[in-house]
Amino acid sequence: MSDAQALPAAAEKVARPPRRSRWREAYFGTPGNAVVTLISGAVILLLAKLAIGWLFVDAVFDGSSEDCKQSSGACWPFLAGKLRYMLFGFYPFEEQWRPLTALILFIGSCALSMVPRLWGRGLLLAWALVILPLLYVLMAGGVFGLTAVPTSKWGGLPLSFTLSFVGLAFALPLGIGLALARASELPVIRVLGTGFIEIVRGVPLISILFMAAVMLPLFMPDGVTIDKLLRAQVAIILFAAAYIAEVVRGGLQDVPKGQFEAGRSLGLHYWLVMFKIVLPQALKKVIPALVGLFIAFFQDTTLVTIIGLLDFLDTVRTALRDPEWQGIAVLEGYAFAAAVYFLFSAVMGAYSRFLERHFNTSYR
Amino acid sequence: MLFLNDARFRAAFYQFVAISAVLLAGWAMYSTASANLAKQDIATGFGFLSRQAGFEISETAIAFQSTDSVGRAILVGIANTVKVSFLAVLFGTVIGLFVGIGRLSTNPLLSRLMLAYVEVLRNVPLLLYLLLWYSLIILVFPPVKQAIQFLPGFFLSNSGLAVPAMQWQSGFYALLGAVAVGVAAAFIAHAISRRRRIASGRGGSGWAMAATLFLLPIVAVWASGQVAVTWEAPELGRFRLTGGLHIRPEFVALLFGLALNLSASVAEIVRGGIQAVNRGQWEAAMALGLSRSLALRLVVLPQALRVIVPPLTNNYLSVFKNSSLAIAIGYPDLVMVSNTVMNQTGQAIETIAIFMGVYLGLSVLISVFMNWYNARVALKER
Repeated sequence: MSDAQALPAAAEKVARPPRRSRWREAYFGTPGNAVVTLISGAVILLLAKLAIGWLFVDAVFDGSSEDCKQSSGACWPFLAGKLRYMLFGFYPFEEQWRPLTALILFIGSCALSMVPRLWGRGLLLAWALVILPLLYVLMAGGVFGLTAVPTSKWGGLPLSFTLSFVGLAFALPLGIGLALARASELPVIRVLGTGFIEIVRGVPLISILFMAAVMLPLFMPDGVTIDKLLRAQVAIILFAAAYIAEVVRGGLQDVPKGQFEAGRSLGLHYWLVMFKIVLPQALKKVIPALVGLFIAFFQDTTLVTIIGLLDFLDTVRTALRDPEWQGIAVLEGYAFAAAVYFLFSAVMGAYSRFLERHFNTSYR
Repeated sequence: MLFLNDARFRAAFYQFVAISAVLLAGWAMYSTASANLAKQDIATGFGFLSRQAGFEISETAIAFQSTDSVGRAILVGIANTVKVSFLAVLFGTVIGLFVGIGRLSTNPLLSRLMLAYVEVLRNVPLLLYLLLWYSLIILVFPPVKQAIQFLPGFFLSNSGLAVPAMQWQSGFYALLGAVAVGVAAAFIAHAISRRRRIASGRGGSGWAMAATLFLLPIVAVWASGQVAVTWEAPELGRFRLTGGLHIRPEFVALLFGLALNLSASVAEIVRGGIQAVNRGQWEAAMALGLSRSLALRLVVLPQALRVIVPPLTNNYLSVFKNSSLAIAIGYPDLVMVSNTVMNQTGQAIETIAIFMGVYLGLSVLISVFMNWYNARVALKER
């Protein structure tokens, strides 16, 4: 018996060459591979040298815009001087602890909500009744002695997060509704759902934002004006909903039809079957894909700068146009913005891969 | 209350409610919009399309002057959109193919380098890249006055690259015809030799024959002396370059941004597609005596394409739609031209309807083409 068990282990030992030769095989196995290693290594070293040289060696850490002009490296004083503007835009300077607190609260709550064990009704209620109202009060003020700050003064990172998070929160139920409409047995509902999804997916987001910015006021009765931020928000919700609907539809198609039929044959109503039987299975399958979509929407919120909202990318651009720094800190500003977007997107991407392993479902 | 429990009645009722809600909302929007437009004295209808445009377009894929009609200006915008999307798809696919294969390399350095490339491109918004490329071009290159002339007639400055333009004096259509004839002849020759090879197992692939047939008419037309070409070199004026072919920084930044953005997605799709093909397929092909490249071309790639083509379609469509970000850096694509028209005429509804319609129409066209291609590569079940 011990022989039978020892045999596979021994075979594995033979099949696995020692570590050192595996290393040599991977990097210098064939002449062609050696060339690839050398070229890739050279590229990596060159990039590292450029990055370190720019970030630290040639960089200006202390000084004025004149010093930065003379130097070829990164201009840290620009980032230090403009950081608060880039993060919070035109939010009243002495009140900026509020968006900062809101930002920390938001990111902390998001980090907690990423733990699957905490998912449930309680978390949803906490968001709806505690976290979101708190965030809103912090940002908008007007109560508890906080000065009121109109949304036209909101800007920077909090605005980007507001647009993408509120967008997702409303787009998700709407998207699920659209997916159900598209899968409906009633022809009129199906055609309306399909039409909406396909039209929105067929045009660029910028055209929907234009519609919200330019066209929507024409459709409003006299005297009714809608806040610019809200209009952009509605555009993002509608846009996101169409894409979410397609992802959810994929999940719905993966649930065997027998599940639906079994539910109906038990005498359950359509909505009960959907909410208790079909959707839980379908949504579980598409959660990683939905997180992927969320990364895309987070990046897509940058488009609101084209219709004149001061999102994070826009505040960075405006900071670059400051006469004192104009033409000096272009790379610095965009690199900072890119680093912030990269950080959040990469974390979400890693989270999406974690969820995929967690649910052990493959998604399309 | 019996009829309320009748499933057919309820189905009809729900649908009736849905359709009346949509119609009612549409009617309400229409009536408020027309009242608002009348009050603001904005004309309705598409009459403005035939009016004189009165603005210049910096980059024109088809000829345009400010005295041409608004409709033609929009056509120029469409042509510019198509031009930049087409080139971005071309470059992005080729780069992405190499990056995707590099991701699968057994060499850890190369595969990690390619992973970093993909991650850096995918995790930062496209718009940020566009703005970055554009401002870098403007910053790095000198102003027009000090344009670098690195070859006679080639000027590099922050208003772009100006190169001599080719001008056909005569023989353009003869050459075009020769190319068409050559392509058709080569195609037929290849098909014939392929059929013969399948039938008899003899003969090569006929590549040499096809290449000769392709080149023959072109060489013949050129040799006949019908074709005359002159070169128009750009001239450095006081403030701007005139004449020649001008490749503008807006175009380069947009093309660069779109192509790189696409290449990252294509790389992931290609990697996934090749990985999706069962290892046994490789081994079976090798066992049959096929070389590695033949196995890739005849066995693995056709199966990988099945997985690759549908997501590729979506990515091509998104390049086409993302080209609308051109407005942020001033490349006159469809959206930017429409925006100018909108500001001039105030007819927002019509203009937005036009460009949304164009995007929808072209999106459908691209999907139809890609679906046709997908049907060709899809599994043929018997």
